[in-house]
Amino acid sequence: MAEIIEMPKLSDTMTSGTLVKWLKKEGDTVTNGDKLAEVETDKATMELENFEDGVLLRHYVGEGEEVEIGRPVCAIGEEGEEAPDAAGGGEGGPSEAAAGEETAGKEAASPTEEAAPESPLIPAEPAAETTASTGRRKISPLARKLAEEHGIDPARLTGSGTNGRIVKADVEKAVAEGVPAASAEPAPASAPTAPARESVREIGPPPAPAPTPVPQLESREEPVSNMRATIARRLLESKTTIPHYYLEIEVDMGPLLDLRQSINAGLADLPPEQGGARFTVNHFFLKACAEAIRRAPAINSTWAGDKVIRHGEVHLAFAVAVDEGLVTPVIREADRKGLRQIAMEANELTGKARQKKLTPAEMSDSTFTLTNLGMFGITSFFGIINPPNAAILSIGATVEKPVVVDGALAVGRRTTLGLSADHRVVDGAVGASFLQALQTVLESPSVLLV
Amino acid sequence: MPEITYRQAINDALAEEIERDENVFVMGEEVAQYNGAYKVTEGLYDRFGEDRIKDTPISEAGFIGMGIGASMLGLRPVMELMFWSFSYVAFDQIVNNAAMVRYMSGGLTHVPIVIRGPANGGTNVGATHSHTPENFMAHTPGLKVVCPATPYDAKGLLKTAIRDNDPVYVMENTLLYGNKGEVPTEEYTIPLGHAQVLREGRDVSLIGHGRSILTALEAAGHLAGEGIEAEVVDLRSLRPLDIDTVLASVARTHRVVLVDENKPFCGVSAQVSHMIQEEAFDELDAPIRRVTSLDAPAIYSDPLEREQLPNPRRIQEAVQQVLEDAPRAAG
Amino acid sequence: MASAVFRAPSLAEAPESVRRLPPFTDLPLFHVRPDCREDWKAARLRKNALGERKANDGRAPIGVEGGIVLRFATGMAEPPIDAPDTEAVAEASRAPINADLSPEAKRDLLATMIRIRRFEERSLRAYQQGHIGGFLHLYIGQESVATGTVSVLGEHDHFITAYRDHGHALAGGMSMDECMAELYGKATGCSRGKGGSMHFFAPERHYWGGHGIVAGQTPLGLGLAFALKYKQIPGCCLCFLGEGAVNQGVFHESLNLASLWSIPVVYIIENNGYSMGTSEARSSRFSDHLASRAEAYDMKWETVVANHIYTVREATERHARHAREHSQPVLLEYKTYRYRGHSVADANSEKYRTKEEIEHYQETMDPITVYRKTLQEEGILDNEQVQAMEKAAKDEAAAAAKFAEKSEFPPVSSITEDVYWESDQPERTSGGRLFF
Repeated sequence: MAEIIEMPKLSDTMTSGTLVKWLKKEGDTVTNGDKLAEVETDKATMELENFEDGVLLRHYVGEGEEVEIGRPVCAIGEEGEEAPDAAGGGEGGPSEAAAGEETAGKEAASPTEEAAPESPLIPAEPAAETTASTGRRKISPLARKLAEEHGIDPARLTGSGTNGRIVKADVEKAVAEGVPAASAEPAPASAPTAPARESVREIGPPPAPAPTPVPQLESREEPVSNMRATIARRLLESKTTIPHYYLEIEVDMGPLLDLRQSINAGLADLPPEQGGARFTVNHFFLKACAEAIRRAPAINSTWAGDKVIRHGEVHLAFAVAVDEGLVTPVIREADRKGLRQIAMEANELTGKARQKKLTPAEMSDSTFTLTNLGMFGITSFFGIINPPNAAILSIGATVEKPVVVDGALAVGRRTTLGLSADHRVVDGAVGASFLQALQTVLESPSVLLV
Repeated sequence: MPEITYRQAINDALAEEIERDENVFVMGEEVAQYNGAYKVTEGLYDRFGEDRIKDTPISEAGFIGMGIGASMLGLRPVMELMFWSFSYVAFDQIVNNAAMVRYMSGGLTHVPIVIRGPANGGTNVGATHSHTPENFMAHTPGLKVVCPATPYDAKGLLKTAIRDNDPVYVMENTLLYGNKGEVPTEEYTIPLGHAQVLREGRDVSLIGHGRSILTALEAAGHLAGEGIEAEVVDLRSLRPLDIDTVLASVARTHRVVLVDENKPFCGVSAQVSHMIQEEAFDELDAPIRRVTSLDAPAIYSDPLEREQLPNPRRIQEAVQQVLEDAPRAAG
Repeated sequence: MASAVFRAPSLAEAPESVRRLPPFTDLPLFHVRPDCREDWKAARLRKNALGERKANDGRAPIGVEGGIVLRFATGMAEPPIDAPDTEAVAEASRAPINADLSPEAKRDLLATMIRIRRFEERSLRAYQQGHIGGFLHLYIGQESVATGTVSVLGEHDHFITAYRDHGHALAGGMSMDECMAELYGKATGCSRGKGGSMHFFAPERHYWGGHGIVAGQTPLGLGLAFALKYKQIPGCCLCFLGEGAVNQGVFHESLNLASLWSIPVVYIIENNGYSMGTSEARSSRFSDHLASRAEAYDMKWETVVANHIYTVREATERHARHAREHSQPVLLEYKTYRYRGHSVADANSEKYRTKEEIEHYQETMDPITVYRKTLQEEGILDNEQVQAMEKAAKDEAAAAAKFAEKSEFPPVSSITEDVYWESDQPERTSGGRLFF
C-alpha cells in the first residue's frame, strides 16, 4: 500500500511551502532518513525528509510549485505498485480558503445625486440621538430597583447622593411622602402610592404645565435581521483584521459639474430610445474611479493571506442604503464600459436594491467599493473596507468654499474624497497615486467621455 | 475557654497534626533547633525530633520543591517561609510545580502541601520583606489560600489545611503572633471557604481579611460612637472564597468599603469588588470604596508605614465617603 | 512618493515634555541628590573606573590592557563526544547486570530503543501534518540513556525528567497509544490532553513526569527520594536533567540538600552537548567534567559515554544500588547526542553545529546501530529479527497515530477538572467558590 507524502509543516508559522527541487526522482529507491526534496518555507529552505522504505512512485507536484500544508507531494510504495491519485490523498490540509461571500456591503448610503431630496434614503429624524448625554439620570442600582418596585418615576426625584445621584434614601422618602408614579397610565398602583399622589397635589407646588406632546424616545429591543447580522459580522471582521489607513484629497468639482450640466441639458428632452438620459454625479464618480484604477491598478487588489491577488478586472461596488441596512451591488468590468452603460447599470442595480431583488451574483466579486454620504451634507468621511477589497472610496458633499485661483480669491466647488485602504496590500504611496489619478480625471472630466 | 496567642494556636495545630498523622512533618529555615524565627515552632523539635521538624538551609526553591516532590508520594510537609516575601525566589516551585502538576498529569497526582508564614507589612522591615502575595497565589487555579486573623481561626484553618489534599498556602502576620484570643481545648477544625461576620451593622459593610479586618473592627468601634453601624466581614479564606456571606451583608447594608493590605491594583479587593457589582448590583446604593495599602513599595519609615497600611482613620474616612455617596434616610 | 500616512515625527515636532528629555548619552551614570555632599560626589566621579572605560569609547582595541582582561572569553563549540568508549563498553558487557541478561532480554532492549525512535519519527510526521501543536522535543539519538537507565530500576525506584520525555515514558512501559494521543491533545492521552509533549505522567509506573521548566523537576526528584527515605522504603529516584539545567540555581540548591540530608537521589545529566542552540562550552564552566561540580557538594559523580546501552546500564545499576544501600545521592553525567533540533521549531540546527558533526555521530555512535552490531557479534540477533523489530515498531507507531487521530478531544467541561483534588471528588469539603 503506497504511502502518500504530504507537504509537511516545517515551522510554526508555515502555511504552505514551495517545492524548490526534487532530490529523488520517480522510480528512485528511498529509505528512512533520505531527503526527498528541498522545500522553501516562509523562513528558510529546508529538506523534506523521508520516513518510508520503498520506491518513489510518483511526484504530484513539479519543481517551483507552491503547495499547501497537508497536500500530497509524492507517493512511496513498493516497486511496480500503482501510485494512487493525488486527489484521494491528503489528510485534510488545514484551511480551504473560505469563499468570499458578498451579501452586504459597507458604510451607509448609496451614491445617488449629490443632494437628492427625492431620495428615499434620507432618514426621517436625523436629530434623534443628540440628547442622550443630558437624558441620563444618576441613580444607584439599588435606588433604581426600589423605584421600579414602587412605580416611582426617578425623574421626579431629587438625588441626595454624590453629584445628585438618587439613592435608596431618596426613594424611601418619596415612598413615604408620595410622588407620582412613573407611567402616564396610573398603573394598578400599590397601596401606598395612590393616596400619596393625592397628598402631593394638596401640599406640593402646582404641577408644572403638561409638556407639549413631543414624540418621546422609547427604549425597545429589535431582533437582528440576517442582513444586519451579516453587516455586523463583516464590518467587525474588516475593521478588526484589516490594518486600515486613511488618505484624503480635495477635488475641484467645477469642471465636472459644468460638464454634467451641459450633458444633461443636451439629453434631457430626448426620449430614451433616442439616447435621452440623466447622469448623476455618482455616475461620473463610478466612471472616474474605473479610469483611475486603470491608471493606478495596484489599488485593485486582494490580500489572500499567503498571497496578494492583483485583479485583472475592475468590478466596482457601490453602497446603497435600504430599509434594513445596506447592500453593495457591483458593476462588472466597469473599466471597459462607457459612462452611459455605467449609468444604466447603476440605475438598474439601485432600483433592484431598493426592491430587494438583487441576486447574489449582482453583489459578488467586487474589487473596489464607493460610498457617498454627500447627500447628507457630510463633507468628508472614511468608510470601512469591504472585504476582499483593498480599499474603499468615501465621497463627501460638494461645498462652495473660498479658494485661491491664480493668486486671487474665488468661489470654488470642492469635494473631499476619503480613501480607506488595507496596508497589507496597498502602501500609502500606492493609495496616494490612486487618489492623485482620480483627482486628475475628475478635474479634467472630458477624458471620461472618450 | 482559655485564651492563648495566635503563635501558640499555630504551634498547637502543628503539634496535634504531627501526632495525628505520621506523614506530617515541618520544615523551614530555623524551625527546629532555633525554635522558629518568630517562635511559632517553639518546642516542637524537642518534642518530635529531627525526623519531623527539619531545619533547612536558606534554599526556598530547593526545599519547597523537595516538599512538593515528597507530597506526590504521600507525605504532608508543612513548610515555613520565614516571610512570604521569600516565596518570590521559589515562585517556579510554588506556582508552576505545586499548582500545575495535578493538571498537567490529567489528575494523576496531587500535592497535599502546606506553606505557611507571615505575609505582612507594618514592621519597618522595608519593601522586600513586607509583601502580601495572597492575591498572587489566589490568582492561580490549583492553589488554596487562607488568611486567619484570630488565634481561633489560625488553629482551625491550619489543621484543615494540613489535612487538605490540595496545596494550601496560609498567610499569617508577625503583628498578630502575640495577639490573644479564645481557643477551645477540645479538637476542632474550620472548613476552608467560610467567611465570618465579626460585627453586625446596617449602614455599611467593611469586608477584608487578615490583620486588616481587625483594623476594620477597630474603625467600626469608632464609627459606632458617631452613630454609624458598620458590619465587619472577615473573609478568612480567599480561595475558596465565601462570596455568599459577602453578598448577604451587602444586601443588608447597601454600602461597601473593602479593606485590604494588598496593593490596590489586582489586589484581593479588586476581585471582591468585581463580584459584588456583578452579583449584587441592584443592592448597591453607592460605589464600592476600598482602603488598601497606598500604592508604592512598603516604606521603611515608621509613621509613614502606618499611614501606608490601612488604618482606622482611613477606613472611617472611606465610610464617611460612602455615606455621602448614599446618605442614610433622615431620622 | 512617500506614504502620506505613517511617518515617525521628528524630535522638533515632539511635545515639549518629550523634547525636554535629555539624550541618552547625557544621562548621568548614577543619580546624586542635590543635597548630598558635593565633595563626595566629585571625588567619586573622578575615581570612577567608568571614566576609564569611557576613554576606550568602544573603538579602542579590546583585549588585555594594562594587565586587565577586558575581553569576554567565549569557548568555541566542540563536538560533545567524538568517539565511543570501547574499553568501557567491553568492561560493561562483562558486568553481571549485562552479562546475566538472557538473549531475549537483550533483544528487548534493542526493540525498546527502536520503538522510541519510530514513535518519535511518527510524531514528527504528525506534527508536520499539523496534528500536533506547540513544542515537540525529540529524543532521537539519546535512546540508550532512557532505555538503559529505566531498565535497571527496582520495584521501589522512581524516576522523573524534564521536557524531552517521550523516551523515558516508553522505556518506562507507557503505551504508544496514550503517548501519541497526548501529543494530539486527545482525551485518551496519558494526561487527558492537558499536558502535551512535555508533560507525560505515569505515577503507577513510578514515572513522575516530564516537566517543562528547565531544572524545575530537580527538587521534585529530590522530594520523591526524600519521601522514600522518610517512609524507610529501600528505593531511589532517578532525576534526569539536560546539561543546560546545571546552571539553574534550584539545581544547586537540590544538590546541596541531597548531600546535606543524604537523600537517595540519582541525578542524571543527559549531556547532549547543546542547551537549545548554546553549546556546553559556551554555557558552562567547570574544571574537569560537568558532573565534577558535585565535588563542591561532597557528592559522588561519574561521567560516562552513553551511546552504548551496556555502559549506561552498568553505571546506573552501580550507582542506584549505592544510593539505595547507603542512602547517598550521586551526580551522573551521560554523554549523548541529539540528532534533531532542540524542538521541531528549532529547524535551523546548523546555526550552532555542522551537518558533518551530526553525520559523524550517526555513522559511528548511533545507539541503535552500535547495539545492534553488538548483539549480532554476540550471535544472538539476525537480520530477520531486526527487520521484524523495525516493522513491529513502525506498525505500532502508525497504529498509535491512527488511535490518536480517531480519539475524541476532551470535552470543554474537562477544562476545570483536575485542577483541585477536592473539586474532582463527588462532594466538596470546603465552602465558597473554588473557580471564578
